[in-house]
Amino acid sequence: MRSGFAIFDHAQFRHYAKQITDMSVEARERRQPWILLSAPLGAVTLLLLVPLVFIVIYSFWLRSAVGPDIAGFHPDNWQRALTDPFYRYILFNTLKIAAITTFFCALLGYPAAYFITRSSGNKLILLLLLMLPFWISYIIRTMSWINILGSSGALNTLLLSTGVISSPIQMLYNEATVILGLVHFLLPFMVLNIYVSLDGIDTNLEDAATSLGATRWQSFLQVTLPLSLPGLAAGGLLCFVLGAGTYITPLILGGPRDAMFANLVFEAIITQLNWPMGSALSLLLLLVLGALVAVYNRFLGMSQLTKGLG
Amino acid sequence: MGWAAIRAYTVLVYLFMFLPVAVVVLLSFNQNQFGSFPMTGVSLRWFEALWNNDAVMRAFRTSLILGLLTALISTTLGVLASLALVRYNVPGKNLITTILIAPILVPEVVLAVALLLFLNWLGIGKSFALLLAGHVIFTLPFVILVVQARLVSIRRDVEEAALSLGASPVQTFFSVTLPLLMPAVAAGALFAFTISFDDITGTLFWKPGGVETVPTQIFSMLRNSISPEINALGTVMIVITVGLPLLGAAIVRSIAMKRGM
Repeated sequence: MRSGFAIFDHAQFRHYAKQITDMSVEARERRQPWILLSAPLGAVTLLLLVPLVFIVIYSFWLRSAVGPDIAGFHPDNWQRALTDPFYRYILFNTLKIAAITTFFCALLGYPAAYFITRSSGNKLILLLLLMLPFWISYIIRTMSWINILGSSGALNTLLLSTGVISSPIQMLYNEATVILGLVHFLLPFMVLNIYVSLDGIDTNLEDAATSLGATRWQSFLQVTLPLSLPGLAAGGLLCFVLGAGTYITPLILGGPRDAMFANLVFEAIITQLNWPMGSALSLLLLLVLGALVAVYNRFLGMSQLTKGLG
Repeated sequence: MGWAAIRAYTVLVYLFMFLPVAVVVLLSFNQNQFGSFPMTGVSLRWFEALWNNDAVMRAFRTSLILGLLTALISTTLGVLASLALVRYNVPGKNLITTILIAPILVPEVVLAVALLLFLNWLGIGKSFALLLAGHVIFTLPFVILVVQARLVSIRRDVEEAALSLGASPVQTFFSVTLPLLMPAVAAGALFAFTISFDDITGTLFWKPGGVETVPTQIFSMLRNSISPEINALGTVMIVITVGLPLLGAAIVRSIAMKRGM
């Protein structure tokens, strides 16, 4: 028995031992990131991915007037979500509001972003100010417009005291104020994205165009503007998607007829407790906005978006 | 368009962004009993009313606890994920990143519905636990983006030096990487706290009846009428969510300067 041990001479043993530890170091190296990732990936899987799959299934269930929802495969909710003219009207209206909002964000945001990029001294302060709204509560910023446009708000008070009007005019609670609130909420996203894009453009390019005889306006239109389009597109996508997914702004600044699609979801889930229908409606919203993101991703890629977020 | 015109335009855009908020702060100090224009004098009566309003104070405590727990959990998860993604060669890195960022790619309403229905099915109904789970999941991407960006700029050699001198990976993390990463960890935590503290879209879906956070409390107060108390509450929120990051930045800077000397 003892002689059996002699087969493993010392040098060879060390060799094997080293191989084993090398292997385990390598295996550890390979295992370690997964240990680190297990908690965060597990959380996102359990709290987002699985729930999304779950509501796909749930959207084919049926609500019963008494007792729990009826499991099974019933296309009824989807049929209603896709064919009901009221839902279709709200969906169209939501996309319209989001589009107008995005347009105004671009209109207000582009010149401001351009100014910040090219201004010399106070760039840092302007940028800090631009970041500030991200830290100010969304609901505060939304309701702040009631102080301005309400019947006893700043504007009515001013008009009354100057005698332009004799009684307060109703300016709030319509589609225009919903759009106003959304533009106010989303403008910083637009400006920031355009700024990131403009800041990355070599100013020599514009100078080169000017030195070759282009006017400032021409060099802007033909050099700077096209180069900044990715930022404009990223900002536009963010504004559109965030705008189309909101239900708080219409509740605070809109009238009873200014519901957006997310309001339908909220109504179905919270007020009517029709969870299968709510699932179908929220998935429809996800599909429509997801299609938009997919088109964007196909042509421009996601990297521009994370650049603006980071 | 001349430069002066662009400047004037930008000033107007900034005014558009800040004037309404400035009016909120201004009106919160209004003495007028209806809290509307014209201002009749400066007073702190609305802040006093807030202090004595039990519902508001309860909402504050809820928001504070929720925000702190969210920041703690979300930052821990975010640091783990960032370490794995930046420091190791993980196969399928792009897919993993996309999955981890997914909570901000999905509209918050959809995320709120999915989480509510699924956890309810598992037996966790509308509760503080559900609120916390929701807040963690949609603040996580922001923490990861902030921490990752910083981690990329910390040179690997410093960690390798520690490792080659015999420190274990865990020791290396706590005595080398984490101190260098601290500004980003703090920024990520603050970010998570502020987002949680501000959130209303998901919170309205997840909160149990009778429990209010500050934003949902403001929302239900708005249902009645706009009172100067809401403006005062808004001012307090602005001070917290804007003041806290500024304070944090100042502290980080002063620590960095001490180290520098």
